[in-house]
Parts: sequence; structure tokens; C-alpha cells
Amino acid sequence: MRHIISILLENESGALSRVAGLFSARGYNIESLTVAPTEDSTLSRMTIVTAGSAEIIEQIIKQLNKLVDVVKLQELTDGAHIERELMLAKVKAKGEAREEIKRLVDIFRGRIIDVTDSTYTLELTGTVGKLDAFVKALEVTEIIEVVRSGVTGIARGVRALSL
Amino acid sequence: MNRIGSTIRSRVLIQPRGAKKLELTGAEIVVKCLQDEGIEYIFGYPGGAALHIYDALYRQDAVKHILVRHEQGASHAADGFARATGKPGVVLVTSGPGITNAVTGIATAYMDSIPMVIISAQVPTHLIGDDAFQEVDAVGITRPCVKHNFLVKDVNDLAMTMKKAFFVAASGRPGPVLVDLPKDVTAQTAEYIYPRTVAMRSYAPVSRGHPKQIRKAVDMLMRADRPIIYTGGGVVLAEGQDALRDLVRMLHYPCTSTLMGLGAYPHDDPLFLGMLGMHGTYEANMAMHDCDVMLAVGARFDDRVTGELAKFSPYAKIVHIDVDPASIGKNVKVEIPIVGDARSVLEDFAKEVKSRHAEPDTDRTKAWWDQIEKWRAQDSLAYDRTSKIIKPQYVVEKLHEVTQGDAFVTSDVGQHQMFAAQFYGFGKPRRWINSGGLGTMGFGLPSAMGVQLAFPDDLVCCITGEASIMMCIQELSTCKQYDLPIKIINLNNRYMGMVRQWQEFFYDRRYSHSYMDALPDFVALAESFGHSGMRIEKPGDVEGALQEAFAMKDRLVFMDFITDQSENVYPMIAAGKGHNEMHLNPGSGEPIQERELA
Ligand SMILES: Cc1cc2nc3c(=O)[nH]c(=O)nc-3n(C[C@H](O)[C@H](O)[C@H](O)COP(=O)(O)OP(=O)(O)OC[C@H]3O[C@@H](n4cnc5c(N)ncnc54)[C@H](O)[C@@H]3O)c2cc1C
Ligand SMILES: Cc1ncc(C[n+]2csc(CCOP(=O)(O)OP(=O)(O)O)c2C)c(N)n1
Ligand SMILES: [Mg+2]
Repeated sequence: MRHIISILLENESGALSRVAGLFSARGYNIESLTVAPTEDSTLSRMTIVTAGSAEIIEQIIKQLNKLVDVVKLQELTDGAHIERELMLAKVKAKGEAREEIKRLVDIFRGRIIDVTDSTYTLELTGTVGKLDAFVKALEVTEIIEVVRSGVTGIARGVRALSL
Repeated sequence: MNRIGSTIRSRVLIQPRGAKKLELTGAEIVVKCLQDEGIEYIFGYPGGAALHIYDALYRQDAVKHILVRHEQGASHAADGFARATGKPGVVLVTSGPGITNAVTGIATAYMDSIPMVIISAQVPTHLIGDDAFQEVDAVGITRPCVKHNFLVKDVNDLAMTMKKAFFVAASGRPGPVLVDLPKDVTAQTAEYIYPRTVAMRSYAPVSRGHPKQIRKAVDMLMRADRPIIYTGGGVVLAEGQDALRDLVRMLHYPCTSTLMGLGAYPHDDPLFLGMLGMHGTYEANMAMHDCDVMLAVGARFDDRVTGELAKFSPYAKIVHIDVDPASIGKNVKVEIPIVGDARSVLEDFAKEVKSRHAEPDTDRTKAWWDQIEKWRAQDSLAYDRTSKIIKPQYVVEKLHEVTQGDAFVTSDVGQHQMFAAQFYGFGKPRRWINSGGLGTMGFGLPSAMGVQLAFPDDLVCCITGEASIMMCIQELSTCKQYDLPIKIINLNNRYMGMVRQWQEFFYDRRYSHSYMDALPDFVALAESFGHSGMRIEKPGDVEGALQEAFAMKDRLVFMDFITDQSENVYPMIAAGKGHNEMHLNPGSGEPIQERELA
């Protein structure tokens, strides 16, 4: 089962490597990991997408909580939540493909953010599924590079991860 | 001889430089923090990056520095000190090779949850990351084997960081904490204030167990027909021995212990079944297998204890008390988890049992005790007492007699460690000091140094093997410098016996690289370090030799017992086997197998 875990972490050097080290040392799976400072400069917020049985997820959560740098943690997938990922893609855009790609970008509610006479650079946010579908649709042309941010997420309603 | 603190120095570290404020260098702050923590001994070895700190140490004598001969010795000695006293051990090493040498000892302490603070000097901040001389990423290297670590980049954070290090190391589930300290930070100055308390928003260990869970657990426990209490190192760490004894006796239930918990419950009490696990007694393992309710306290269901998990205690409902939530449910499914300090929770259990005014229902458990007594009658620790060659078990039994079971016993790793655990008979906690989780050969002698320093008037023995002792043999020199009268009991079977045993059982007697060729003359070796040595070859000489050695109260005596090369540790649960599938000593008869269980 896929799980999303949100973590408030002391914004200190080394905190990220403690989390990453925990996952590699104990053989837990990481699908994606994102981290950035929050409105409180002493805290970072991390979002980890992982997978495993209920027992493994329970251990992951306990082991994360045990890290001295972890201030607070929430399993987003425990309740209703919103998840988003940002993707930037550079694709070959020549001849007929230029129009075709524009239509695709519209359908997926993305944007073209940079143009040359032979390429487009595209931006798209959405769920992992939507981004996957977009990459698949881009098969109409040649993809030069794709960069994805990894998933970030937030709980719906009043449920929140804050101090 | 250069005894500790023999030079005359002022007791107070440093005079204030400024008018009112106490302005100190980083090095002075470190030493002052140690003083303010009440640290009596630190174990270390100097080097370039640590020299400011060593200079600050020189200018005081409240904190005594023990100069080891290898940094592994420093971390094991601090560890031994911590295990014997319950207070954090302190290590000071230089950057680069200083800290890498200490890592084995740090990992050893980590695996057994031992409180320790390691101060590692680091290259100056402006050189960090430059592959500077004697630079290693100490924080990175130690990260997987410490409870937490810090790199101090600003001298103003130093005192608070030291405070946090001691707090984290000693609270909750204890463990080693490293403070990495760049040389320039030890030269900069700051106002010194040692915080009296520390609060960390991200770290708040639980101590009291949840009352509702405790009531539920007591309900379950009191309805058991085939109960067992399985205790571990957590009871020792929590100083929970009295609470454990009260509860066990109140319930009149059988109690077994892991290797790490030995001594928390008196070995000679009829309710005690001995150690469980791979080399545990027949009665302890069979009772674990057949029990219907298990109370696990401060034990972590290690694979050496459980054997094959699929075969582990198939009928048991489990209550698990542990201060670390991550220990609970990690390997085995638990019915009633209780997060809390073992001592506090056991006390609450006893109160709860008492409040029900229930006498122990001995009728209910009579059939169970009858069964246990049958298993016990198997005498699974029996060995050949008529042997003409010294049996290692015999030496340990005699050691118990000669020391009246009251010595501190450290050990190395191998067969001798198991014989020590099975045969010494520990009546008190913190007397049995060994590396269980990491199984570190080389632990025995340096850890004994830490114990002897903490308890200068007590008997301290190191039960070791001829292979293990060679791993930190250089510490004989430290023992001489500080006059540590440790008694070394070398059970010399000329083999890495534990390895040889596995090769005998599982590799068709192909004894690949387990024979200890070209051993030194240990008597001459001990004497060359200025100690006494003895070589004992006949069973009849064992007791006399021990008495003679212990009569030399002020000397380290290295006793080289030439023991039976072919002896094995029994019982044994092989890989993939369950608790009811033990190898017994071929001499001790067939296992009894007549049980019908719900
Ligand atoms: C050659 C060899 C053979 C071995 N054979 C055996 C064997 O036959 N039998 C055996 O038992 N072991 C054996 N071991 C040791 C084994 O590897 C483990 O180290 C040991 O079983 C672990 O003991 P423990 O479960 O008591 O846990 P420990 O490692 O002592 O862990 C303590 C537990 O208590 C918890 N705790 C800490 N503080 C507190 C507190 N204040 N309150 C509550 N809980 C707390 C911790 O979170 C942890 O879960 C052997 C080792 C070697 C090297
Ligand atoms: C540092 C280290 N290296 C290797 C091992 C693996 N090992 C476990 S027991 C053992 C043999 C120990 O021999 P000895 O000290 O003579 O004890 P004996 O088993 O003979 O009593 C070895 C090599 C270990 N535990 N630690
Ligand atoms: Mg040997």
C-alpha cells in the first residue's frame, strides 16, 4: 500500500540525512521525498511517499518519530488529503507537433513556459496519476528531459500538521 | 607510577577573565560542562584537533582522564563504566583515526542501549569538507550507530549542546550521543552558563505507562494458565529489579531473562528459569514455547531469543512493556503494548495486582509448574564433571564460588561468554557486563577497566577467550598505569570456539581459519606488562589458582586456563528452529516430548 507521511523536522544540517539514512539502513522503500523550509524558519517540512504492509508502515512511523530531529509527524493517507506534484518537461516542438503539444497542454491544464524554434518547456502540476498520463500523452513528440518535484501534500479540512 | 591526578593542580578550572561574566574558551567550556555534569572519569586519547581540550583538562583535576592505548578501548571502557554505574560514560578522541577507532565501541553501546557521550575533536570549521589532515565526517560515520549526534559550529551553542547530549544519552531508551567539536570552536570564547534543565520540542520520552493498558494487561495476566515473564536489558537500564521481584513473587509466575537482563532477577530463586534463547535453558525455552500469556519487559524479541519467528510462542498472547515504542511490535505481534519505563510500569502492575486483593492462584498454575519442573529436571546445563581436561563451565562455577557470586563479570564474545552467562549465577543487576547486540570481541578487558575505576574496591573479572583477548590486549598497559587489579580468566581452548562449534555442526567439521595458531605465552605477556600471570592445566588446580589470584588484591592477574578444545555450548537452537527444537548436550539425555496444549 502507498502511504504519504508528512514530517515537521528541525531545520538543521544533517536532519535530512538522518531520515534518508533511516530508510536505506532499514531497507524501507522511498518513492519520493521532498523537503523545504516552512513559514517558521526553524522548521522544514518533508513529504515522503513510501509503500509497505501495515506493519512496515507502523515501524517506519515509529522509527521516524524516534529521530531526535523529527518534531511532529502525520500520515496524510490516514484521512482525506490533497497531493500535488510539479513537473517541468522539455520536448521537441517542430512542425505539426507544435500545435499538437499546445492542445495537449491545454487539455491537461498545463502551461508552456519557455519556447525556442525547436523546443517547448512545459509546466504541469497535479497528482502523480495525472503527470504520468501527461508523460504518456507526450509520446506524440520526443521528450528531451523531464523533471518532477516529488509529491507534496496537505490534509483536507481542519486537520493540520503544525506545532 | 603516574597515578590519576598525581600532579598538583588547582581544583577550580579557570578564573573568570571578564569582570562578572564567566568568559571561557570552547575547550574550557567542554571541561566545565563535564565538571558540572558531575563526571568523574573520561576515557580518551589525544591528537592535534583535541589539544586545546587536553590543555584545559591539564589545568584542573576534578575530571580525571584515563589514557587508553587504542580508542576502541576508550569507548568500551566508558561503556563498561556506564553499564556498571548507570551513569553515562564519557569518551574524548581526536579527529580522523581517533574517532574511526572509537566507532566499534560506539556501535557496541548503541546496540545494547548504553548511555554514553563521545566528544570527538574535528578539524577547524574553515577546513571542513576540504579533505583536511585527519578529517573524517564523524557525524556521518557515526550517524547509524548513535542515538543522536551534533556538530558544534558556534562556541555560543556549546554548553547547551553538551547539556542536550547528556540529556538525550541518559533518558528514554539510552544510547550514545556524539558531539563533534572543530578545533577553532574550542579556541573561541563565550560566556559560560551551564543550563540547569533542557527542553527539546522534538524529544520527549514517555515514562509512565497508560493506566487503562495496565489494567487490561493485569486482567489478562491473572487469567493465564501458562504464564511467563520474559525480562531483558531494559529492566536493568530502568533499575527495575525490585519492582520485578515484587511482581514475580506476588504472582508466583515463572520468570526468564535474556542475556542482557541477567541479574535483574536473582539466579537462584526457584521462580527463575534461567536464560532463554539460542543458548538458554531447556525449561526457559520450552516454557516460552508453550506459554499462553507472556509478559515481556524491556526485551526486544531479538532473533537470538525468538529463534524462527514463525515457530515463536504459538499459543501466546503478549503484553510488551518498553520505553521505546519502536521496539514494540517490531518482530512479534503484541496484544497489549505498554510504552513506559520498566520500573514505573512494573510498580504500577504490582499496585494493580495488590488492589485486587488476589492471592496468587497457585491451583490455576499448578499443572504448568509441574510441567516446568519436569523440564527443569532435564538439567540441560549438565556437563562432564569427571573430565581430566579443564571444562570451561567448571572454571566459571568455581569463579562463582571463590567470589561468592558477588563479582562484576565482564566478558568477550564466544563460547566463554555463554558459559559465563549460564554458569556464573548473577544475583544483582549491573554485575554482568557483555556485548550482546553487536557481539564485539575485544570488549571484555577495556570494559572491565571502566568497571574497576567505578568500583575500585570490588572484584572485577574478565572472562575471555584466547582469540578475543588479543583484540584489545594493549589495554594491559592502561591497567598498569592506573593500577587496576582486574582478574582475567582466559578460557583458552586454542580455537575460536564459537566459530569452531558452528563449523562442527553446520560445515561438516571443516575448521576453516578457526584454529588459533601461534598464540603468545600469556603468562610472559602479562608479566611483560608488569602484571602477574598464571597457567592452569588441571581441573584439580582451578580452585587453588583462583584463590591465589584473588588473594593478590592489588594486582592484575592473567589466568590462562587450558580448557577442553572440543567443548560445545548447549543447549543450542539452530537457525530456523523453534524453542521446542533444541540441541541438547549429547550427555544430558533425550528431550521429553509429552504435551497436549489448547
Ligand atoms: C554469541 C552470542 C550468543 C547470544 N545468545 C543469546 C541467547 O542465547 N539468549 C539471549 O537472550 N541473548 C543472546 N545473545 C544476545 C542477543 O544478541 C541480544 O543482545 C539480546 O538477546 C537482547 O537482549 P534484550 O532483548 O534484553 O534487549 P536489549 O538489547 O537489552 O534492549 C533493551 C530493551 O529494553 C528497552 N528499554 C531500555 N530502557 C528501558 C526502560 N527504562 N524501560 C523499559 N524498557 C527499556 C529498549 O528499548 C530495548 O527494547 C547472544 C549474543 C551473542 C554475542
Ligand atoms: C570483532 C569480532 N570479529 C569476529 C567475531 C565473530 N566471532 C564470534 S565468536 C568468535 C570466536 C571467539 O573466540 P574466543 O575468543 O577464543 O572465544 P571461544 O569461543 O573460544 O570461547 C568470533 C571470531 C566477533 N564476534 N567479533
Ligand atoms: Mg577460544
